[in-house]
Amino acid sequence: MRPFRRRLGRYVATFTAPEASLVSDLVDQVRHLLAERRSDGSDDPLVALTGVAWGPTRSPQDAAVARLLPDFSAEDPDLSAVMRSLREPELIAAKDQAAVALLDSLPRGGGTVRLDDATAQAWITALNDVRLALGVRLEITEDGDADLPGPHPDAPAAPRDPDGPVDGLDGSGEDEDPSRAPMLATYRWLSAVQDSLVTALLH
Amino acid sequence: MRSASGGTTVEEPVAELTGTAAAPWVTIVWNDPVNLMSYVTLMFQRLLGHPRPKAESLMLDVHHKGRATVSSGTREQMEADVVKLQTAGLWATMAQDR
Repeated sequence: MRPFRRRLGRYVATFTAPEASLVSDLVDQVRHLLAERRSDGSDDPLVALTGVAWGPTRSPQDAAVARLLPDFSAEDPDLSAVMRSLREPELIAAKDQAAVALLDSLPRGGGTVRLDDATAQAWITALNDVRLALGVRLEITEDGDADLPGPHPDAPAAPRDPDGPVDGLDGSGEDEDPSRAPMLATYRWLSAVQDSLVTALLH
Repeated sequence: MRSASGGTTVEEPVAELTGTAAAPWVTIVWNDPVNLMSYVTLMFQRLLGHPRPKAESLMLDVHHKGRATVSSGTREQMEADVVKLQTAGLWATMAQDR
């Protein structure tokens, strides 16, 4: 991967074939999670009656989906239920739109990506959703991690030493999951990709 | 975190008319361990229209204090802000600013 740089008004990066298929697989997985959630809401009789896409009122059971679609209120469950029902369909649609924009601009088989500003915004949104979902699966939480230097352990993703302290994951190391190391590597790699694009957009 | 305009000791009838000083609703962004600091700053600039210094200072509030009030206004405006921020993956909620 050649990280994102700004060049002639475009945001340019290069991905190898395996990197491109990794990104598209992960973005697809998030789309599937959101599509499942969308279909959860559609057996509501109100939808059949009104034809209006009401969302469900309850938070998603899957923790990753719940992180992608958080409650609207921290202290008022009724407000959260109403807002979720009203707004969740458009949130899912917007996330899906960003995911599709990423997939449409990612060359299959790898290669160079050249993004305009709007597509770059879609990319950072879609990459972020993948990172949020992976973060939940990896149980990256600051609460379990008293050793952490700060709440954003992954902030400087690119220069991070791969053998360095495994943010947050050290504390919960009793259940060694063999899929965790590659998943963590993927998470960090995505953080570096996203950080390069965010940095290019900020400057 | 509250914006400076949230204070109620000074009478500001003009601002009150435009709904900024007496804003009854706020949007809050909560800290989370995944979102990159640079990303949060960029989203505050792009989605809420905050200038860079304000976006950075709000991001640092989220980072260090666990949460920050990032906008205030009518309920409808806050709904729209929460939708924009959640679309971008930020952990945003709305509340009545009592």
